[in-house]
Amino acid sequence: MRQSRAVEIWVGVFVALGFSALLMLAMKVSSITSYIDNKGYQISAAFENIGGLTVRAPVRIAGVRIGRVSDIRFDSDTFQAIVSMRIDAQYNHLPLDSSASILTDGLLGENYIGLEPGGDEESLKEGDRIEITQSALVLEKLIGQFLFSRSQGGASK
Amino acid sequence: MKREHSIQIKVLSASGYFEHGVNLRTMPDSGWLRMVGSMLDGSSLVEIRGLRFGYSGRMIFNEVDIDIQRGKVTAIMGPSGTGKTTLLRLIGGQEYPSSGTIRVDGANVPELSRNNLYQLRKRMGMLFQSGALLTDLNVFDNVAFPLREHTDLPEMMIRDLVLIKLQAVGLRGARDLMPSALSGGMARRVALARAIALDPMMMMYDEPFSGQDPISMGVLVKLIRELNDALGMTTIIVSHDVNETASIADYLYLLSEGKVVEHGTPERLRQSGSEWTRQFLEGLPDGPVPFHYPAPDFAEELLQVSASQ
Amino acid sequence: MITQLQHLGAWALKRFERLGRSHLFLFHVSAGLGELLTRPGLVIQQIFAIGVLSLPIILVAGLFVGMVLALQLYNTMVNFGAEQSLGPVVALSLVRELGPVVTALLFAGRAGSALAAEIGLMKATEQLSSMEMMAVDPMRRIIAPRLVGGALSLPLLAAMFSAIGVSGGFMVATGLLGVDSNAYWSQMQANVDLFDDIANGVIKSIVFGVVVTWIAVFEGYDAAPTSEGVARATTRTVVNGSLAVLGLDFILTALMFGDNG
Ligand SMILES: Nc1ncnc2c1ncn2[C@@H]1O[C@H](COP(=O)(O)OP(=O)(O)OP(=O)(O)O)[C@@H](O)[C@H]1O
Ligand SMILES: [Mg+2]
Repeated sequence: MRQSRAVEIWVGVFVALGFSALLMLAMKVSSITSYIDNKGYQISAAFENIGGLTVRAPVRIAGVRIGRVSDIRFDSDTFQAIVSMRIDAQYNHLPLDSSASILTDGLLGENYIGLEPGGDEESLKEGDRIEITQSALVLEKLIGQFLFSRSQGGASK
Repeated sequence: MKREHSIQIKVLSASGYFEHGVNLRTMPDSGWLRMVGSMLDGSSLVEIRGLRFGYSGRMIFNEVDIDIQRGKVTAIMGPSGTGKTTLLRLIGGQEYPSSGTIRVDGANVPELSRNNLYQLRKRMGMLFQSGALLTDLNVFDNVAFPLREHTDLPEMMIRDLVLIKLQAVGLRGARDLMPSALSGGMARRVALARAIALDPMMMMYDEPFSGQDPISMGVLVKLIRELNDALGMTTIIVSHDVNETASIADYLYLLSEGKVVEHGTPERLRQSGSEWTRQFLEGLPDGPVPFHYPAPDFAEELLQVSASQ
Repeated sequence: MITQLQHLGAWALKRFERLGRSHLFLFHVSAGLGELLTRPGLVIQQIFAIGVLSLPIILVAGLFVGMVLALQLYNTMVNFGAEQSLGPVVALSLVRELGPVVTALLFAGRAGSALAAEIGLMKATEQLSSMEMMAVDPMRRIIAPRLVGGALSLPLLAAMFSAIGVSGGFMVATGLLGVDSNAYWSQMQANVDLFDDIANGVIKSIVFGVVVTWIAVFEGYDAAPTSEGVARATTRTVVNGSLAVLGLDFILTALMFGDNG
């Protein structure tokens, strides 16, 4: 079947538009760079309880995203959760004695890891483990404690 | 891919050659060979035995036997709605009989695998009652369609072939028209040109003459006969035009109510003693041939309605 | 009572028959897909008829959906002081849901109905029959290229819908509502994930593309060969196509986004 040139040109334009839209979604709407840029380094931290933390949750410092959770494992010796994080390469001056806590975005938002910088001269490097951690606040536990302390407090006062 | 197709045809027909001994007619693109073949044997190209077929319970064919002779023009006639179009569709493998065999060139059509059926169809041409042109292609591209689908011919050659076929039906000047711009009779002639584009071994015409003026009718009658004789085709014509059909047919089958009523050469049928045959061929209003679709008695039905009101 | 049961049974049987037929149909069409590799022209023709001709409505709809989305969400979010998150919320709504779903619904109405009508008419006028008699399989020559053309067009259309929607949201957010343009993009990039959100949205639109086109070509091919049959086929395409998109969207969303934030 002979094809009219106009049809072919239009289809070419159409496909090009479609793929540039996809490209825009990848580059401008999401950040493909966090996947392409694998030059970051891996650190880990142990938590008593990670709450609702999932793989790929953001790692933030001062509210800025500096990396992602890359893996979550359970250590059957210490009964702790080992969370591995990949930190973007440009943030390579995080003090060695920084602390990590699992926080929630808003009251009911997603969980993320917040890093609190310490004062050490040395920086975190590939494979290092963050020693000071604070587990997730589990809402049910919190409410339970609150109710418990209220009734206790009322009795002792 | 396409090249393979054309090779496949050759291979298939070669095997057909060996299977059927003197069956030279299956060689494509060699009209004279087929003609020699048709002179060598007077066997049937299409052989229908014990055919039964019905649409959702309504019987159309009940134990029908038909033979179509090689190289001859055979006409199928019968009252409107007896199933002539259905018969052509059965031969083309588009409907399946509930029992009986339909052998075309030795092969039982209902039992053919999809591939073999399509190979067989390449050697059959069919002119549809409605023409059935592809509405998104113009006249030229319609006629070129089977050539482009089944051969690898260069565009120049396709152009020549298409123009030859269009010239034969007198519509070479209409090649750039779209089907919607054609009259019913013109559309049928374009469809005829398309059906013969691949020089099939067998042509089936469903009402080729209806909607044609006397001149194009005369040309078509001559064309069909010439195609049959010059290319050594086998022809099946379904038609109501008794005179035209009888003038070119070598053999006639009269169908009615699911049966073959009578068959024979036109001369023999004209002299037939059967009242049915005479009525049909002479178009008399009164006689045993029913004009009405099966229905309860008319007077009775009218009375029923008035009674129920 | 008995007759009602009989009717119900007959109705159910008919549904199952159609369901079975449509799957057999898809199976037969798939057998002809390989052949298309040798004839890309057939598919290009269909991408033109299905994709390119749907472009205007998709682009206009995408632009307006994006602009309205920004406007509506802003009014709610500003109450919580969350207007900086306008970018990610607009983008996520578009990429995950509205892009694939609205595009597929428009596609069913624009391209699906046209496909069903075209094929139904080809059947009613014996064009498909005559093709079969010319030893050209309509499944391969007519249906297969349309199925592939539709399945390829929809994801591209959906991506364009989302992209132009995000841009429309940007215009409204920065031009009309005074959101900081850097915040719009950077918050978006921080919160929209390439795999979780964008890739999943693309997967959705691929599924929708196959299903809607499949429904359209099947309804056309299965239509009664009359003008009434063709009319019913186009209506059915739009209704069944839209319902299938909405139902599948729920299932896919539950599978993709069900277990993580
Ligand atoms: N798809 C179908 N479903 C049900 N019945 C059908 C169908 N097609 C045809 N019929 C019936 O089969 C009978 C034969 O139809 P067919 O078209 O073969 O007749 P015909 O001999 O070609 O008539 P005509 O000379 O008018 O063209 C008709 O009575 C018709 O009612
Ligand atoms: Mg007929």
